[in-house]
Amino acid sequence: MADWEIVIGLEIHAQLATRSKIFSGAATAYGAPPNSQASLVDLAYPGVLPVLNAEAVRMAVKFGLSVGAKVAERSIFARKNYFYPDLPKGYQISQYEHPVVQQGSLAIVLDDGTVKTVGITRAHLEEDAGKSLHEGLAHASGIDLNRAGTPLLEIVSEPDMRSAKEAVAYMKKVHTLVRYLEICDGNMQEGSFRCDANVSVRPRGQAKFGTRAEIKNLNSFRFVEKAIQYEVARQIEIIESGGKVVQETRLYDADKHETRSMRSKEEANDYRYFPDPDLLPLEIDAGFIAEVRSTLPELPDEKAARFATQFGLSPYDAGVLSASRELGAYFEAVVAAVGAANAKLAANWVMGELSSALNRDGVEIGASRVAPSALAGLLARILDNTISGKIAKEVFESLWTDGSDADAIIAAKGLKQITDSGAIEAIIDEIIAANPKQLADYRSGNDKLFRFFVGQVQKATQGKANPAQVNDLLKQKLS
Amino acid sequence: MSLTRQEVEKIAHLARLSISEQEMPIYVSSLSSIVDFVAELARADTGNVAPMAHPLVGLHQRLRGDVVTETDQHERYQANAPSVQAALYVVPRVIE
Amino acid sequence: MLHTLSIGALSDLLGRREVSSVELTRHFLARIERHDAALNSLITTTADQALAAAADADRRLQRGETGPLLGIPLIHKDIFCTEGVRTSCGSRMLDNFVAPYDATVVERLRSAGGVMLGKANMDEFAMGSSNETSYYGPVKNPWDISKVPGGSSGGSAAATAARLAPYATGTDTGGSIRQPAALTGITGIKPTYGRVSRYGIVAFASSLDQAGVFARSAADAATVLQAMAGFDPRDSTSVDVPVPDYAASLAQPLKGLKIGLLAEFFDGLEARNVALIEAALAVYRSLGAETVDVSLPHLPLSVPTYYVVAPAECSSNLSRFDGVRFGYRCADPKDLMDLYKRSRGEGFGPEVKRRIMTGTYVLSAGYFDAYYLKAQKARQLITDEFRAAFTQVDLLLGPTTPTPAFAIGAKVDDPITMYLNDIYTIGANLAGLPGLSMPCGSIDGLPMGLQLIGPHFAEARVLNAAHQYQLATDWHLQTPRGYE
Repeated sequence: MADWEIVIGLEIHAQLATRSKIFSGAATAYGAPPNSQASLVDLAYPGVLPVLNAEAVRMAVKFGLSVGAKVAERSIFARKNYFYPDLPKGYQISQYEHPVVQQGSLAIVLDDGTVKTVGITRAHLEEDAGKSLHEGLAHASGIDLNRAGTPLLEIVSEPDMRSAKEAVAYMKKVHTLVRYLEICDGNMQEGSFRCDANVSVRPRGQAKFGTRAEIKNLNSFRFVEKAIQYEVARQIEIIESGGKVVQETRLYDADKHETRSMRSKEEANDYRYFPDPDLLPLEIDAGFIAEVRSTLPELPDEKAARFATQFGLSPYDAGVLSASRELGAYFEAVVAAVGAANAKLAANWVMGELSSALNRDGVEIGASRVAPSALAGLLARILDNTISGKIAKEVFESLWTDGSDADAIIAAKGLKQITDSGAIEAIIDEIIAANPKQLADYRSGNDKLFRFFVGQVQKATQGKANPAQVNDLLKQKLS
Repeated sequence: MSLTRQEVEKIAHLARLSISEQEMPIYVSSLSSIVDFVAELARADTGNVAPMAHPLVGLHQRLRGDVVTETDQHERYQANAPSVQAALYVVPRVIE
Repeated sequence: MLHTLSIGALSDLLGRREVSSVELTRHFLARIERHDAALNSLITTTADQALAAAADADRRLQRGETGPLLGIPLIHKDIFCTEGVRTSCGSRMLDNFVAPYDATVVERLRSAGGVMLGKANMDEFAMGSSNETSYYGPVKNPWDISKVPGGSSGGSAAATAARLAPYATGTDTGGSIRQPAALTGITGIKPTYGRVSRYGIVAFASSLDQAGVFARSAADAATVLQAMAGFDPRDSTSVDVPVPDYAASLAQPLKGLKIGLLAEFFDGLEARNVALIEAALAVYRSLGAETVDVSLPHLPLSVPTYYVVAPAECSSNLSRFDGVRFGYRCADPKDLMDLYKRSRGEGFGPEVKRRIMTGTYVLSAGYFDAYYLKAQKARQLITDEFRAAFTQVDLLLGPTTPTPAFAIGAKVDDPITMYLNDIYTIGANLAGLPGLSMPCGSIDGLPMGLQLIGPHFAEARVLNAAHQYQLATDWHLQTPRGYE
């Protein structure tokens, strides 16, 4: 049984978040009624001509700079010719030999914490195609060209990934980056972020690449991982039983969890690329690049590094909190209120209770029902011992569902922690008196019963007794 | 070097053009003469000059501001469409 | 007679209210009615719209508005999109196509007060040199209706020559304005590439197409070009260079003008053609111009170069005609492939299909370098050689066509013979240079043209040189028999 090495390259199509299309002034908003956002240019009417959207160029340059790539001073638009109903001109305006963004790279952090650099071969601008719909049309398809002409940035990686997990880590990194840069909303359900995976295998140590298959339109991280895993197994099986992998395009079937052949890449059209004569060379000068560079936000890696050093967070925590600009901003707002010394506490709560609530209710951080100031207010009450961490969770739930602030909730529900030793002692005495058997068992060596007594004290105090004090006093009284 | 019938069929397919049995020999013949005629080009010495992209020298692509300027005109645009249903352009089933 | 007057003279009459635009329009509509059955120069006549536009022009004139084209009728080649009016490109593919918008050229002439009489017949999708490939039948040359008017703008040329309109628009990709102008005895100008907007012109070969005008004199052509030219933000290849006042420089004396004579143009030129050009040169010399011999060694490659580049671009430009969103659709397509192949196979004529296939071939894998890339290199060389020539001379002068108008049906069997008609005109398209043809005499009773080619954006000088020639000669004043 040979030792197989997996080789993966990803082509990501990120829809750029411009207001209008790349070559026409039609709107790009998602979900509009069919063909209501298809202008004459998008419909490829006779006589119409493309004019390039400045913002699409700016966004491409932003991306190039953030992956350390060279931005081409001069790039050329080319026509990719093929016939398909969702491609009205019968060609797609893309870039071929001279893309706007050239060689770059992106660092990804793997599960075990190691950092790997994935090369980015190029990124280029092109236009999206329309959509074919099949429901309700017998033996026919309905074409909606609203999406035709939406700007895409096609990001091509080097075949540097060696496992499905690495591929997902890279894809997630690119996803985070394009959202940071505000060039793409990353909404995979709506199709704004699509991934094609080129997968092949080769015997470990072999220099030559094996024949690859392209798996198209993977629109979730999970599907990318599963599709690659399936495909690798499929290819290995073919080779080990004496067959040859066919170079082809495949689709991932999410219901059957398998990839199936779409059309052979050999049969696929000869695209007959040539420079588009309706467009002139795109020239980008140093001044423009410098100006775009000055508008770059702090990038995810920079923010994570800063969180680690500035707030003493672990690389993992720093990574989670910098996964989106909004989350990072939220975290920093909380830290600003509670102090850098308490950054770890803030981190735990943002990554813990807050994130759980957001996920549970399907809410984005920007629409969080608990503002940074409210959370900070709650954390302050933990820090000054007004409430215990456990009670704080209850307060948080109220904050989330009812709003208001920590102090008001603590007062209204009488959740203040009991820190009066005398009061706690009195309660402990009552419980000990009420549970002579457990006392005897504990004293004869059953340490586990300590938990029982703690539980009883908390029950009697509705959880408000200061846990540390309960511990100390119980230890004294039980011994 | 003339074109074979097979080559012409392949080109016609790529270009999505139906050519009838009767017409095919005529196309093979005329395309062959055209290709022979332009083959003179392949033999010519063009040295090291860069291929021309545009007759306009020193000009570059103008950029357009990112503004929505178009409104929904689909009813007007679809007035002449061969087949439309629920504002969709209808074609025979597209098989992925 | 109203149809013998220049645009300037008509404008004067309209300005003095001696004639109204409606009267003028009726006059030309009547001529169309009387003469066009024999010529077949129009695909669509827009009588009602014309009269409405004329009435509108009259209201503007009444308000005291002036303009050199205000109230004056014209014809548009059926390649220009005209809103609400069929725009067929001479093809079955667009026989049912009513354009939902106006081309920039159409918009500009309309706001200048032009009154559109109709859409002119043309070679299908602008591919041809004789107007014999039109779905709507061939156009006849008013000088001899057994002869072709030239192409692809044959309808615009024939109509202007027959005085069915004072002027007509055309497009020129490989000679499609200059060649028909020569064969029908009128003046036609193709401006510099990028001078006139291509927005709304059904694209044939994007890097070669240019819109221009047919008129009966360079002075008239100058007036029309003034209104057509200028930057258009909707066309990325439109150049933002100011439009000079063409009329103002028409009167400039030609003393010291250096005219280049291309060796390659005169090589093998028929004796009678040479004689006409010599006669024209004598006129130019008498006006103070001098001649210089120049050579463009790579110019002989221009025809094969053109017949690689133009088909390549058109094969891609015409892919949008697929029976899906507009235009011809075949009956009962059984699947998608059938829809495409039969809509296109039935919608396009043979010449169009030939060029699409030639283009597909030269762009295809394995042939791209040998043909397309090579052709673009040759094109660069030819352009460089023109540029070098223009450092020595101000204008180039030569024939427009090898022969006068040939018989309808004479050349349809062999595409190459037809393609060689463009031998003198193609160079200017490849290099994007302005070119003009005007009548300079006749051979066998049929008109012949003289061609002037200028450097980029030198339309003013080209028109000036043509105008001065026309002041000293009267070839341009001659009318075909029966159309006086």
